[in-house]
Amino acid sequence: MKTATDQAPAKRSRAAATAAAAGTGAATGQAKAHDVVLQVRDLAVDIRTHRGTVRAVNSVAFEARAGETLALLGESGCGKSMTAKALAGIMDPVCDLADGEILLNGTDLAALTAKERLKFAGPELGIVFQDALTALNPVYTVGTQLGEAFRIHRGLNAKQARVEAIDLMKRVGIPEPESRINSYPHQFSGGMRQRILIAMAVALNPRLLIADEPTTALDVTVQAQIMQLLRKLREEGQMAVILITHDLAVVAEEADSVAVMYAGNVVESGPVSEVFADPRHPYTKGLLESVPVHLERGARLKSIAGSPPELHDIPAGCVYQSRCPLVQDICRAERPVLRPVTSVTGTPVTGAPVTGTPVNVPSGTEPRPARTAACHFSEEINNV
Amino acid sequence: MKSSLTEGVAPDQLPVAHEHQNEKNDGKQDGRLSLFRLLLKDRFATVSALILVFVGLTALVGPALMGDLATKQNLLFANKAPFTLAHGWEYFLGSDSLGRSMLARLVVASRTTLSVALPAVAVALFVGSLWGVWAGYHRGWRENVSMRIADVIMSFPSLLLAVVVLYVFSPSAANIVLILALTRIPIYLRTARAESAELQSRTFVDAARTFGAKPNAIIVRHVIPVVLPTLLTLATLEFCYVMLAESSLSFLGIGIQPPDVSWGLMVSQGRQYLQTAWWLSIFPGVAIVVTTIAANVLAAWLRIATDPAQRWRLALPRKRLIARIPAKEAKP
Amino acid sequence: MSEPLLKIDGLTKTFHVAKSASGNTRLKALDGISLTVGRGETLGLVGESGCGKSTLARTLMMLETPDEGTVSFEGTNPFGLRGKELLGWRRRVQMVFQDPFASLNARMNAGDIIAEPWATHRGLYPTSREREARVRELLHMVGLRPSDARKSPQEFSGGQRQRIGIARALALNPDVMILDEPVSALDLSVQAQVLNLLNELQQELGVSYIFISHDLTVVRHVADRVAVMYLGRIIETGATEEVFDHPRHPYTAALMSASPKLDVTGTRRDRIVLQGELPSPLDPPSGCRFRTRCWKAQDICADLSPEPQVLAAPDGTKHVAECHFPLDSIKGLTGATAAAMSTATAAAQSTATAAAQ
Repeated sequence: MKTATDQAPAKRSRAAATAAAAGTGAATGQAKAHDVVLQVRDLAVDIRTHRGTVRAVNSVAFEARAGETLALLGESGCGKSMTAKALAGIMDPVCDLADGEILLNGTDLAALTAKERLKFAGPELGIVFQDALTALNPVYTVGTQLGEAFRIHRGLNAKQARVEAIDLMKRVGIPEPESRINSYPHQFSGGMRQRILIAMAVALNPRLLIADEPTTALDVTVQAQIMQLLRKLREEGQMAVILITHDLAVVAEEADSVAVMYAGNVVESGPVSEVFADPRHPYTKGLLESVPVHLERGARLKSIAGSPPELHDIPAGCVYQSRCPLVQDICRAERPVLRPVTSVTGTPVTGAPVTGTPVNVPSGTEPRPARTAACHFSEEINNV
Repeated sequence: MKSSLTEGVAPDQLPVAHEHQNEKNDGKQDGRLSLFRLLLKDRFATVSALILVFVGLTALVGPALMGDLATKQNLLFANKAPFTLAHGWEYFLGSDSLGRSMLARLVVASRTTLSVALPAVAVALFVGSLWGVWAGYHRGWRENVSMRIADVIMSFPSLLLAVVVLYVFSPSAANIVLILALTRIPIYLRTARAESAELQSRTFVDAARTFGAKPNAIIVRHVIPVVLPTLLTLATLEFCYVMLAESSLSFLGIGIQPPDVSWGLMVSQGRQYLQTAWWLSIFPGVAIVVTTIAANVLAAWLRIATDPAQRWRLALPRKRLIARIPAKEAKP
Repeated sequence: MSEPLLKIDGLTKTFHVAKSASGNTRLKALDGISLTVGRGETLGLVGESGCGKSTLARTLMMLETPDEGTVSFEGTNPFGLRGKELLGWRRRVQMVFQDPFASLNARMNAGDIIAEPWATHRGLYPTSREREARVRELLHMVGLRPSDARKSPQEFSGGQRQRIGIARALALNPDVMILDEPVSALDLSVQAQVLNLLNELQQELGVSYIFISHDLTVVRHVADRVAVMYLGRIIETGATEEVFDHPRHPYTAALMSASPKLDVTGTRRDRIVLQGELPSPLDPPSGCRFRTRCWKAQDICADLSPEPQVLAAPDGTKHVAECHFPLDSIKGLTGATAAAMSTATAAAQSTATAAAQ
């Protein structure tokens, strides 16, 4: 631990960033649908561990658009939660933002100091955690916790904040908000606590909502309710939603576009309907085939052999090489970068609508997120 | 039973992780040897272990070597300051008001001190831990009764209890040990109970129950190994307390009886000369502190070393060394 | 499947808890559970948290004592057994736990963990040579290496740990294995490996599984028959395809519908989103337990507890549902969904208006 190399945070012109922050912070009003709200470029996060510094997130890039849901999909330890924490500026002390830009409405959050970022938490960016019980403070009533955002950011007094809090509870579908506002978190069920957490995140109508495994701890029937609520809130506020999950089915049902992460890298991204119908990275393909559907009962599932590499042990070259059926010499030598791929129908990749009925993406001629994959052999993938 | 089955399983399921894991853990497999090697890697723990070995050896063979030096009075050499060889090696650490060699007295006192403190700590640890683990594992009335007994002992001023008991019975070493052990049992009892109560609800304990394992077997196999390191750390702290308690008793005249001498007794006897002859109480005081700290450091190290989930912390510096010279390690 | 291997009849378990809001101190975790498990069969047990499925598993493992009801395992009731006979029963029913991290003692190595049951069942492999050989064999069976026996659990990944847990359960050569969410703590790609392993072991050893899970896709893949639990009762049982494709109990239909599907070709489907949440098991509703969230509920549901009804299944298998108004089997899920959807939305709207006023 003691000899871990401290990487100095990348120096940037803070003054410029601050000026921009002041500008966007003051600006309000709803974003238009499909505007790019968040743009992440080359994001890299280092963790200082006893084995030296390891890179937990490596050159991650994606966009989130207003009124759409972007899913960050990956297995445990792939860096998806770390990415979310980096976006929200709530990383553990042993983690450093090593590189990259996080452009939220044009402001580079990565260049701001922790104090400057406080202005963004709430009005611009909200986050929903997985475990609602630990994310809420047990010694304050939910009304106090819900009203906090209004007191801090809008300078309301306790009475006004309470009115807003009741309003908020109605918005997220908590029955009898007037009487329940004085209850403590433990007096609510898991689903209701998750609603309170969501209410806190959307209190100030942020442009961007990060939902980190929001339903993993919940039962399916409650999960359906929460997802319905998130969808409703997204449409009402034209928020961009980043949904972090390990559940392929949730992605298929809830997200417009998806970025698949593996060992800290985005290995494939694009519209959900296309990525899932025609995966161009062997990992995505392997994941999709691991789901027991369309199969005879008891039939052998295709599984991905082995397990993901440890963070301190990520190989040079492709991160997926040890489990990949397509692996060649070049994969061991050179790490593939995300590059545009053509969809199976042969339609161009960027900026144009795809033929057929787009399912999860609102139809129209809006610019579409690019279809990319980080694989040397993404064209040959269907030969496996 | 296995042939066709394993053929089906093996090819795509043999975990890749094996390869590097094997390399990493080769050295760790043989239990005791590797524990010794781990010890050598930690400078503080090594020094502590050496100190403890030294103290132990001193207590064991020192008094024989010193002969009657500790009791021999020589008023010519009374109250000599330490750190000079002018009066012979035996007065290197100075002498007391009766001209007895401090060095010899310290050596002789080490045996008395350890022979009171060690058994007292050991008895309290043994009884308190087993009782606490048993009470915590079974919960219910056993737990309640045990905790109330512990409360009663704790709420009774232990020194007062010792005074009463040692006045009634003779202030022999065995009685001192017993009374000190008795008053310190609740410390272990409470800690052991709390940990055991938490452990008994763990899944691996449930798993053992599903095999039909008996409670005592589960306690031995699953509860004690987990609780023991914590209790050992506690015991080293208690070691210090017991030495000081013994010195208090000695000070009151109901502990170690002169001409026997213990570190604690030396501290309390030397206290009145603190301004004129500081070494009388400082040296035994230092002996107590050094021994206790050494025991504590070693216990803290042992707790990590015996916990498989934490052991990597100790393996660190060595690993970097290996990384730098991979050629030698890679050979087998 | 003539004579069931394991027959559970009217199993009831009540816990005494600290006072609830309504002053009730009795929590009926199991309320008259009846089930059968055939030899070599996989019974899927589905339900949301708090429905009692884990209590059922623990009761079958004799970690809890039931208040009422009988369990019959090849004709004997294990709860009447003592001493050697009890050990003999325990040998034949084993369990794999959900959390592969918590269920293995971190201070033992893999070999000792797998061999642990033999410390109690000494007669099984009396000599240490036999035990070592059997440990190697078990490791091989679950797809690990013999050399892994000396490693401690934290040197394994989650999936490998679960394999050790499975090997430990197999150590006593059981006839029934209770798998309590065996893959829900694992990542998807590893989950498939473990499911394959379980499937192969069953084909090889002919062991019966009681497979508890909240993941319907997994249950559909592994189970021959499914039992759906709700608030301590089994509300529907039947052959897997039958229950999944033609759920007869509204709760089952809602559960199936709520579970997200990996279907990228279809449009975003309509589905039943149940209103409200699981009632507290301390204060279950009168009559039918599901009536508070059911869109088909009528007055009779509040007054009268529905009896299990044997319903005709097209393929002749037994399909039982506890409902006064079972869904139409011919229409299947899609029809039911459409009908349910409209009522559910109507209900939602009425709640919304009520709240607004």
